[in-house]
Amino acid sequence: MMVSIKELPKEEYLLKGHIACAGCGASIALRLLFKALGNKVIMVVPACCSSVIPGPYPFTSFAVPVQNIIFEAAAATASGIVAALRKRNVKDVTVIGWAGDGGTFDIGIQALSGAAERGTNFIYICYDNEAYGNTGVQRSGATPYGAWTTTTPTGKKERKKDMPFIMAAHRIPYIATACPSYPMDFVTKVKKAKGIEGTKFIHILAPCPTGWRYDTSKTVEIGRLAVQTGMWALFEIEHGKFKLNSPSDGLMDKTKRKPVKEYLTLQGRFRKLTEDGVKKIQKWIDEDWERYLKLVSNSASDLALYGKI
Amino acid sequence: MAQTVIDTANHIAAYAAKAARVQVIAAYPITPQTSIVERIAELVENGELDAEYIRVESEHSAMAACIGAAATGVRTFTATASHGLVLMHEPLHWASGSRLPIVMPVVNRALGPGWNIWADHTDSMSQRDTGWIQFYCADNQEVFDTIIQAYKLCENERVLLPVMICLEAFILSHTYMPVKLPDQKKIDDFLPSYRPKWLLDVNNPLSHANIVSSEWYMEFRYMMQEAMENAKQLIPEIDKEYGKYFGFEHHGLIEKYKCEDADLILLTIGTMGSEAKIAVDNLRNEGLKVGSARVRVFRPFPKEEIRKLAENTQLFAIIDRGISFGMEGFLAEETKASLCNQKDQPLIAGFIAGLGGRDVTFKTIEKIAKKSAEWMRRGRVEKETVWVDLRE
Repeated sequence: MMVSIKELPKEEYLLKGHIACAGCGASIALRLLFKALGNKVIMVVPACCSSVIPGPYPFTSFAVPVQNIIFEAAAATASGIVAALRKRNVKDVTVIGWAGDGGTFDIGIQALSGAAERGTNFIYICYDNEAYGNTGVQRSGATPYGAWTTTTPTGKKERKKDMPFIMAAHRIPYIATACPSYPMDFVTKVKKAKGIEGTKFIHILAPCPTGWRYDTSKTVEIGRLAVQTGMWALFEIEHGKFKLNSPSDGLMDKTKRKPVKEYLTLQGRFRKLTEDGVKKIQKWIDEDWERYLKLVSNSASDLALYGKI
Repeated sequence: MAQTVIDTANHIAAYAAKAARVQVIAAYPITPQTSIVERIAELVENGELDAEYIRVESEHSAMAACIGAAATGVRTFTATASHGLVLMHEPLHWASGSRLPIVMPVVNRALGPGWNIWADHTDSMSQRDTGWIQFYCADNQEVFDTIIQAYKLCENERVLLPVMICLEAFILSHTYMPVKLPDQKKIDDFLPSYRPKWLLDVNNPLSHANIVSSEWYMEFRYMMQEAMENAKQLIPEIDKEYGKYFGFEHHGLIEKYKCEDADLILLTIGTMGSEAKIAVDNLRNEGLKVGSARVRVFRPFPKEEIRKLAENTQLFAIIDRGISFGMEGFLAEETKASLCNQKDQPLIAGFIAGLGGRDVTFKTIEKIAKKSAEWMRRGRVEKETVWVDLRE
């Protein structure tokens, strides 16, 4: 059941005075995360925008305990915290890994894979703004094809990694995608993840006006377009069962999806993308959706995900 | 009841972890450290050691997991060697900067290429600036006792820095020696359970290791330097206290053997210190007034002790099982730096020996001492750094 906005607590654990960019999608997600979980959480934050967002010592705008850690080590550090809490018999605290796409797709993937393989009981959340935003927008393994970054000045030549399915190959009990433009979907997924034992992976598309080159007032709109065009699908893989969530579950028919061009043209980072490039992206989206369709309609979907075919 | 066992330094290190009642272990296998983490796995799985054991996927993650566990307020342990240690380089800095009392045996092994699994100090010595306290052991008993002492030291509020217990590959790690394991109840008295000053706690939310601008960064680094100075004072005190509890101690910062009247002092580290004592006895029989000083603690470096030794001797013959390329042996460097601005400095002769596990026996050391004595008589060191038994 989707959590209603009326059920969200008034308490804020992302305090005023944080220093995220105007229009930052990740900070919206962060605020919602705390609303979903309350303050019985320990956060592990590797090098990423969120190691800067709370502001410098002696202040912080996170009203929960945080272990900041080196870039590639969020999941490993979380493993240590989870083990120590178990040893101390602390049972009512949720450990959250909160990392960017660089810290997840690239430098941190080894530690994440290890923690998932060990079944570490924590929620790992990747807020994906599709580039190394904190260091000034360099390309990462999450940057989509054709996107400008400071290290791909003529546009990235390769496709984005399919991170949720990489995690699915680890046979963890819960994987979900989300986007702050659909806040209650995200909150519902976080709450569900909290109730599941083992490694949970939530992948948020976090629109970033600074890196994506759009007006700071358009973050929610951009996120919606990502979903409405099918460039970003909202789904869950729970114990191997794939399920599309609203509104993505209504987009299985190709004609229901907006053309991806509507999403791409709003963003300066795709300015140099050619018509052929747009077509290529549209084709990949359609292929992805054919796969989603098979996974939803085929009762053997769990077998496919769990490597038995 | 205290009992004597005959076992390898690696197994002894595992027993010390058990005796210290470590609560979280995160470890990754690497030769020749593996038998530490294998024995710990057995102890955890057969219920002898009540601890969480995280079998991580790399040494980098081992140290990161230790950081997370220690910051959550539990006594934490890992062990590594060689390439594993240098892979950990980044989290080593993070652990010390976070002021976390982690204890880690390092089985000193050569770095590649080419692949070499034998004794060499360059792995841990190249980590000397990471803010970790470093002990170097000369026998298996010292490995056990130093691990227990290390927790007492690093959990002290005046220190709060992590500790490496360095022991040489195979010479100690896989060599059986008799070791006295003290009574557990007495160990518990000596080393009470860990009471962290601060930890990751939802009832007292703190942000650990967040951004520190240039306005404050220097102050945090100064506190680490102060902590090292405090450790220098506490190490001999804790060693003495250990002696009172268990009947033997390990010479504090530096082990001196027949140095009082020595014209020439052999300055060594690790197991070469044990061989040096045999060499001293033999050479004294031949009429050479020689002594041995084994540096037990390399960080903090025992500058003051070195200066005291320097006052009454004519020559230091320093033997290093490691090299800082482009300079000289690590111990030679540090000794010379310690003597800067001191009056009446002795001559210093540096020797590089035993790299990649080549044997350094008392015979090698006698040869080094005789060469040094010759230079002492002439009042001049003819070669600043000698590579011992080098094929040229």
